[in-house]
Amino acid sequence: MARTDHETAAASTPRPPGRLYRAWDSDLAHAFRTSPVALVAGIVAVVIILAAALAPWIAPHDPFDPGSLVLMDGFTPPMTENEFTGNFYLLGTDDQGRDVFSAILYGARLSLFVGFSAVLFAMVLGVTLGLIAGYRGGWVDSLLMRIADVQLTFPSILIALLIFGVARGFIPPGYREAMAIWVLIVAIGLSDWVQYARVVRGATMVEKSKEYVQAARVIGAHPAKILARHILPNVMGPVLVIGTIGLALAIIAEATLSFLGVGVPPTQPSLGTLIRIGQGFLFSGEWWILLFPALALLALALSVNLLGDWLRDALNPRLR
Amino acid sequence: MAEPLLSVRDLVVEFPTRRGTLRAIDRISFDIREGEVLGMVGESGAGKSITGNAIIGLIEPPGRIAGGEILLKGTRIDDLPPEKMRRIRGRRIGMVFQDPLTSLNPLYTVAEQIIETIRTHLGVSEREARERAVALLDRVGIPAARRRIDDYPHHFSGGMRQRVVIALALCAEPELVIADEPTTALDVSVQAQIIDVLKEICAERGAAVMLITHDMGVIAETADRVAVLYAGRMAEIGPVRDVVQDAEHPYTRGLMGSIPTLTHAHDRLTQIPGAMPRLDNIPQGCAFNPRCPEAFDRCRVERPDPIGRGGGRRVACWLYDRAGVKEAGNG
Amino acid sequence: MADALLRVEGLTRYFDVSKPWLNRVIEREERQFLTAVADVSFEIRRGETFALVGESGSGKSTIAKMIVGLLKPSHGRILFDDQAMTGTDGAAMRALRRRFQMIFQDPFASLNPRWHVGDIIAEPMVTFGLARGAEARREVARLLEVVGLSGSDAAKFPHEFSGGQRQRIAIARALSSRPEFIVCDEPTSALDVSVQAQILNLMRDLQDEFGLTYLFISHDLSVVRHMANRIGVLYLGRLAELADGKGLFTNPRHPYSRMLLDAVPDLEMSGRRRKPVEGEIPNPIDPPPGCAFHPRCPYADDRCRREIPQPVRRDGGEVACFGVEEGRI
Repeated sequence: MARTDHETAAASTPRPPGRLYRAWDSDLAHAFRTSPVALVAGIVAVVIILAAALAPWIAPHDPFDPGSLVLMDGFTPPMTENEFTGNFYLLGTDDQGRDVFSAILYGARLSLFVGFSAVLFAMVLGVTLGLIAGYRGGWVDSLLMRIADVQLTFPSILIALLIFGVARGFIPPGYREAMAIWVLIVAIGLSDWVQYARVVRGATMVEKSKEYVQAARVIGAHPAKILARHILPNVMGPVLVIGTIGLALAIIAEATLSFLGVGVPPTQPSLGTLIRIGQGFLFSGEWWILLFPALALLALALSVNLLGDWLRDALNPRLR
Repeated sequence: MAEPLLSVRDLVVEFPTRRGTLRAIDRISFDIREGEVLGMVGESGAGKSITGNAIIGLIEPPGRIAGGEILLKGTRIDDLPPEKMRRIRGRRIGMVFQDPLTSLNPLYTVAEQIIETIRTHLGVSEREARERAVALLDRVGIPAARRRIDDYPHHFSGGMRQRVVIALALCAEPELVIADEPTTALDVSVQAQIIDVLKEICAERGAAVMLITHDMGVIAETADRVAVLYAGRMAEIGPVRDVVQDAEHPYTRGLMGSIPTLTHAHDRLTQIPGAMPRLDNIPQGCAFNPRCPEAFDRCRVERPDPIGRGGGRRVACWLYDRAGVKEAGNG
Repeated sequence: MADALLRVEGLTRYFDVSKPWLNRVIEREERQFLTAVADVSFEIRRGETFALVGESGSGKSTIAKMIVGLLKPSHGRILFDDQAMTGTDGAAMRALRRRFQMIFQDPFASLNPRWHVGDIIAEPMVTFGLARGAEARREVARLLEVVGLSGSDAAKFPHEFSGGQRQRIAIARALSSRPEFIVCDEPTSALDVSVQAQILNLMRDLQDEFGLTYLFISHDLSVVRHMANRIGVLYLGRLAELADGKGLFTNPRHPYSRMLLDAVPDLEMSGRRRKPVEGEIPNPIDPPPGCAFHPRCPYADDRCRREIPQPVRRDGGEVACFGVEEGRI
């Protein structure tokens, strides 16, 4: 039988290293370790996300429990004791004596939940439609891409407002409050699927002409299987980049909608709701009620966005 | 002997990576005489294109020339500032690349590109430059050159485009033309035409050619001398007839045997086991030793330098070291 | 003939290369069609290697793609073991598909970079339900050894291998559905010569071992000379000449075959002066009338400029040339 090329193969990998070591040693991980911006952004994002996820355990107060609120504590400035009760709040309290720090943790939790869910929804929808459009081509492609073009001519926040408004018309008033978060997720997700679809469609058209896809077609593999098992893993790189940047945008979109008063109900305030509440006190001197939620939103959106930008640059040479 | 046109001495090109520095070219030395065609063969990754790029000062950073020198008519050109090197490129050294589209600017007509090059380097009038350009295009075989000179590159077919590139490379009357795989992207029937044009026109103008290719057939028909590269090192250099018909380095011999020919239909082709090592994994001693059927102990420890074999041949192989442990084989 | 494994009859394929509808309307242009393959007929006998040679635009890859079902023919039929492949679907087609496979040109594009080598090789056998689980893994290890790699390579990814090794993996994948017939589309043109020799030798060994029939597509006459029993020479989508392996090289009939042979560089350095080859391949969207080769042919006359020559039997082969037909050449 033919002789082996084992010299090079054997010498290049003396012992297959573990999966963890390979991940640590990968070019991407190396690029992350050596980029100060990515490192700082990563740490900030992880700290905020962890703090938000663990809010019920680490928050000093429960801002959603009306029973625990002490009205006398209202308008306590940050880092000072309340003049009546002597209670101390790290970032002060709002008009109802709610601890701003705890409210931010719970608010970030809600904002992140909405952001992640909306991105996931947009990603699943956009990637699926992009794969189908890119692989099928023809009229299916034309139809989907024209819909995408039309949608792109409107600002996504307008689309989200529109969807939100229409949905409210269908949902009975009694359920509105409970459904608000889900409507918000769908509204932001639907306004954002186009980017995923376009990128995935382009990448799919490149991948489907490659010979490994043809090899699968020669043996009669089902198109759904080719899309899911062959093409999808090879188009996910750019999707993750858009997803990361999209997360920042979704968080801001949620904040914008909540700020406008069409988002989550005030009983369950997100960062946007907190900012809306806070801006009413800005000129009466209680600046902290607005400032700290706004800073939290800024830090979260900025760090996630910087991570996305870095990921895009790091993956770019390999995006072909 | 007269001073060579181009002299490359102990050239080392390195590419730093985060896993260590890769040596793409490891102490290569050769000369090109005036008017001669030197073929440079090797498999992909052997370093033949990098050698060409090093001569014209176009090594992509972070790669760099880490040692040795390159002399053009006795003057060092490897350490020139970019501005001076740019004047040498085009004027004294012309270039023909594999893909004609990378050498031609799609936004300018052929006339604009050739005339500008001629005027920049030779300082003649617009009219004179145009006359020269038309004559040159006519010479490289563009039909109706006077009319077609005002076309854009995309108006030409692949073969015609490569003719234009050859005209562009030669228009400033360089002393040396570096042709890097000039026919690889072309159809078989067009390849022969391009090689003929390149060879004839350079001979007419007395320009030397460094012909970089993986195709031994092209070398056999075109070159005066040939250098065989392996893993960034020179395996063998000598007159083309000697190397093609009576190769001395075991690698060259294996390479020649592995080429199917029209005249002999053997049952099996000679095959060299394995593949060329990656740059981060070059074996100790002779780079070829793990694949060499004639390797002995010394090959695994000590790296052979090219050994003079008379008649202008040099072979980097311990088989031919008279002072060595083993006498020369009869290959 | 009885022992034909594959028969191709009057195979024709057009491609619609028109501009989009709106542009056509605005610029008042007609629809444009490119004839990639025109009326090609040949048969491939069991156990032989049949080669199709041609330059760019000759239609050789289009024919390969139609045979393995990646493209549908515009006209004509493809019969595999006397069963029509055009129009067949469902279970019958599935049974046929198992019996043929394809090896591609670019070993860097033909293996999914995200898959383990073992999964790549197992895919055909799993898809056709030939083996699964531990049995499939054993079979993969065996196939890897058959193509000269090691069984433990199944756990690696394609990027850990060189071009030649990847092509071996692609061959192992092609063998995994235990086919009788393999279409090889320029299997070595992306490889270096020393690696090409390894792959060509391997392919011949496998042919002997498994009794395979090959359709070998190439632009390299020397490689074809080494591999093929019979050869079809294509020019602009039509069959110019069909000859047995030796005949084409000792006694080429069609002027285009002669020209192609003349264009191969002379490694023997016999000093043979080659006839300069004239002209280039015309644009297939707008091919010349009559014989497509006439603008480059030294023997062309008025009839060649008007009529399209049909293949005529000569010395056990076929030649589509009026010059040969009329005895002028």
